[in-house]
Amino acid sequence: MTVRIQTEDFDAGFEISQLHKNHKDIGAVVSFIGLVRDMNDGDAVSQLTLEHYPGMTEKSLASIINQGKTRWNIADALIIHRVGTLQPSDQIVLVAVSGAHRGEAFAACEFMMDYLKTEAPFWKKEATPQGEHWVEAKSTDDVARERWGAGK
Amino acid sequence: MKIKLFYFARLKEALKYSTEDLNLPDEPMTILKLKALLAKRGDVWGEMLMGKLKVRAAINHELVDDNASISNGDEVAFFPPVTGG
Repeated sequence: MTVRIQTEDFDAGFEISQLHKNHKDIGAVVSFIGLVRDMNDGDAVSQLTLEHYPGMTEKSLASIINQGKTRWNIADALIIHRVGTLQPSDQIVLVAVSGAHRGEAFAACEFMMDYLKTEAPFWKKEATPQGEHWVEAKSTDDVARERWGAGK
Repeated sequence: MKIKLFYFARLKEALKYSTEDLNLPDEPMTILKLKALLAKRGDVWGEMLMGKLKVRAAINHELVDDNASISNGDEVAFFPPVTGG
């Protein structure tokens, strides 16, 4: 398992190749990349700043991967999340899951992303022409998380 | 008992605190009781911790609810609902 919080960008191709390197039983890798958009809830976004809770963040992401490994038959997973100041089009997060077959890898990747959105201690602040403001949590993210059922 | 407190994001900005060490009376303490205690510090404290805004809490890096009990030496954090990803 790999969990990294970093200010610098990541190379998804390289990270994914590391995930299945030397594992000839891997038949599928599913990945998700989150990017900064230049528009959110009708506001033009010029910059995004991400804050996190060092210590808790790493534990929370490791726990999310472990829950995914318990629920699905997957081989390994990695989560890289950036913090600091980002610009539109910048990469924010990479979640990648490897396994023997695609079905379980797809499900586990989506589960991990839904849990990350609602449990991992990150906070976004947007810069817009009207000034800076903290991004509000979305109830649709809670709904996305709830569909996986209870069992934390 | 002694605890270490952390505040993040909107709370950190509004309260102008990121962390503090706190001495509490040696009696059973929960997240809700601690929030009520801190809210007595003044307007912005009451508004941020006991007002309309949703506040989440963690004890020793685990998300907890209002009824969770706090022990000597714990690291407690207050923050808004998370918005990563």
